[in-house]
Amino acid sequence: MNRIVGKEYFSERVVKLEIEAPLIAKSRKAGHFIIVRVGKKGERVPYTIASSDKQKGTITLVVQRVGKSSEKLCQLEVGDYVTDLVGPLGKATHIENFGTVLCAGGGVGVAPMLPIIEAMKNAGNRVITVLAARTKELIILEEQVRQFSDEVIIMTDDGSYGNKGLITNGIEMVIQREKVDQCVTIGPAIMMKFVAQLTKKYNIPTIASLNTIMVDGTGMCGACRITVGGQIKFVCVDGPEFDAHQVDFDEMLMRLKAYN
Amino acid sequence: MTSEETLKEERSTPWREMLRKTIKNKERTDLPRVKMPELDAEIRSHNFDEVNQGLTKEQAVAESHRCLDCVNPTCITGCPVSINIPKFIKNIEREEFLEAAKALKETSALPAVCGRVCPQEKQCESQCFYTQKLKKPAVAIGYLERFAADYERNSGQISIPTLSSPNNIKIAVVGSGPTGLSFAGEMTKAGYDVTVFEALHELGGVLRYGIPEFRLPNPIVETEIDVLKKMGVKFMTNCIIGKTILQEDLTEYGFKGIFIGSGAGLPNFMHIPGENLIGVMSCNEYLTRVNLMQAADPDSDTPVQKGKKVAVIGGGNTAMDGVRTARRMGAERAMIVYRRSEEEMPARIEEIKHAKEEGIEFMTLHNPIEYKGDETGHVKQMHLQRMRLGAADVSGRRKPEPIEGDTIWVDVDEVIVSVGVSPNPLIPQTFTGLEVTKRGTVVVNEATLQAADKHIFAGGDIVRGGATVILAMGDGRRAARAMDEYLIKKLSTKE
Repeated sequence: MNRIVGKEYFSERVVKLEIEAPLIAKSRKAGHFIIVRVGKKGERVPYTIASSDKQKGTITLVVQRVGKSSEKLCQLEVGDYVTDLVGPLGKATHIENFGTVLCAGGGVGVAPMLPIIEAMKNAGNRVITVLAARTKELIILEEQVRQFSDEVIIMTDDGSYGNKGLITNGIEMVIQREKVDQCVTIGPAIMMKFVAQLTKKYNIPTIASLNTIMVDGTGMCGACRITVGGQIKFVCVDGPEFDAHQVDFDEMLMRLKAYN
Repeated sequence: MTSEETLKEERSTPWREMLRKTIKNKERTDLPRVKMPELDAEIRSHNFDEVNQGLTKEQAVAESHRCLDCVNPTCITGCPVSINIPKFIKNIEREEFLEAAKALKETSALPAVCGRVCPQEKQCESQCFYTQKLKKPAVAIGYLERFAADYERNSGQISIPTLSSPNNIKIAVVGSGPTGLSFAGEMTKAGYDVTVFEALHELGGVLRYGIPEFRLPNPIVETEIDVLKKMGVKFMTNCIIGKTILQEDLTEYGFKGIFIGSGAGLPNFMHIPGENLIGVMSCNEYLTRVNLMQAADPDSDTPVQKGKKVAVIGGGNTAMDGVRTARRMGAERAMIVYRRSEEEMPARIEEIKHAKEEGIEFMTLHNPIEYKGDETGHVKQMHLQRMRLGAADVSGRRKPEPIEGDTIWVDVDEVIVSVGVSPNPLIPQTFTGLEVTKRGTVVVNEATLQAADKHIFAGGDIVRGGATVILAMGDGRRAARAMDEYLIKKLSTKE
């Protein structure tokens, strides 16, 4: 069992949890996810790892309360235990010195993007990060993102913070200004779909990190399957990161509603 | 002493000689084969209670009289884990049921499981004297095995096999399915310090996530695993070797041998239009939700589709498990769609019989070619191609061919795809020192199950690509012997 050692509210609906998991903290890399289960009747739910501390033996998750299972997880307090935690799962992000990397994160997608921003910076890239959310209080981890980004552009739908507009407006602004060699996007599926459409127009290679419905997370069930370049892929073992220009986002959006 | 000599010596113990003398063979062979008591088909198709109820003491003893205690017990050669079959059956005949269970455990780590899910008709019972020479129904070895194992469990006097003195050599087992458990049991008996690593949150592998409770209740699996725990096998759930703990970490932690039994988890799809619609899923997903995640329980957080018109694609045991589960989950129409005829179905005859009794429709010689969905993306129809059988193919089965232009549309609201599984890619992706085939199976020496890296052995579906519980268990047992020999030799040359 894994104990919760830290809890912080980013907003009413977004919670950061630091959980003891020494083996995972030791072996995880940017892009990896875990599966967590709360209670003996709990569901297995995937979350991308936001950060880890090898010395303390902990990993950090950023969880948005959207349904029963995330609600249960967010209700846990420091000192409580999650019932099961397994990982790190999936393939790690491919990190190299591309030149200029544009990281586009929406909502809680910024949390799993943070380790990628850090790794890209450490690999020698110029990193420009676009953070987007509906409104000011939903912009998370800005300070940490600034630490590893050469520039941070903030977009809010209502203009309450940064620039008023969508994430794509922020991205296009950068693209029109300078050469971008690689784009990474994490956020709601619908957002990633539009980011992919935009960067495709400009021929910028783009990686999207997908979060689909999963059961085991180890390749056994295929609940997470999507179509990439006309081929069936399993997000859990073939991903979670894919060439965003090849992903059939419409099918993915449909499949996300399987149990709604 | 060779195992053959042991068998002979045990056969000549006075009590067995006496049993053979008390009843004439003619009288024994005239006895009819026992029938397994089963739950009523209508009642059981609405619940998850075990279908086969098990033999009563009287039935078991009567059936045991049919066994002739042959001089040359060919049945044993049909058993992948070489259970001393006459020994356990004759113990049932003399009503020493606990002794019968002990005899089973000499070579099998999971007798109560095997008694339920082994295809005995293709293994021990196919080699029985009755089948081979008398052309009569075989002794019901499987039913008797289950009886002895259940008797012991219900008696509360579960015996723990005798262990050699500990040698403190650490062995890692990847996966807690049948092959891993069998391997762990054998190595622990030989004195090794064994740790089994399991990726899921429950132990048992396919016994837990795959086989439904109406065939194999979870407490049966738990009891057998408890015996292994009592023997000293350590288990670690939620741990993926190659991910949570890396291969090199195992070496660093002092593990001297690794046995890979990670199974064939990856479900195959047919790659036809509409296969990603909502309501179309792999049989693995469906069974995992119901068996492992207990989705039929209203208190479970894990959802599952509860289709009224359910098609299960495939003709294997997993397909039968899927369709019978769908029936129990409330399907009014539950269909098997299979491209060959019933004769070619790989499923056990018993499973097909049970499915039919439960009202499952069999659409044989039909093959899906497309699915159509409604406006929300939920499957609503399947397009089936009618087939006929052509000439025999390499597998010896007649090859199904489409009948040009002969297709039908059938309304469905759930489709469960059960067209086989492939080896789990995690191990081949994360291990070094393994030779992997195109199909993703790990290459091992056929006799010893040793991999290219000499301290790694592998067995079960990661090697076979999709077989049975008992073949996987047989692999575990053989690999244990081979690893033991290899390590003893290696360690003695070092000293």
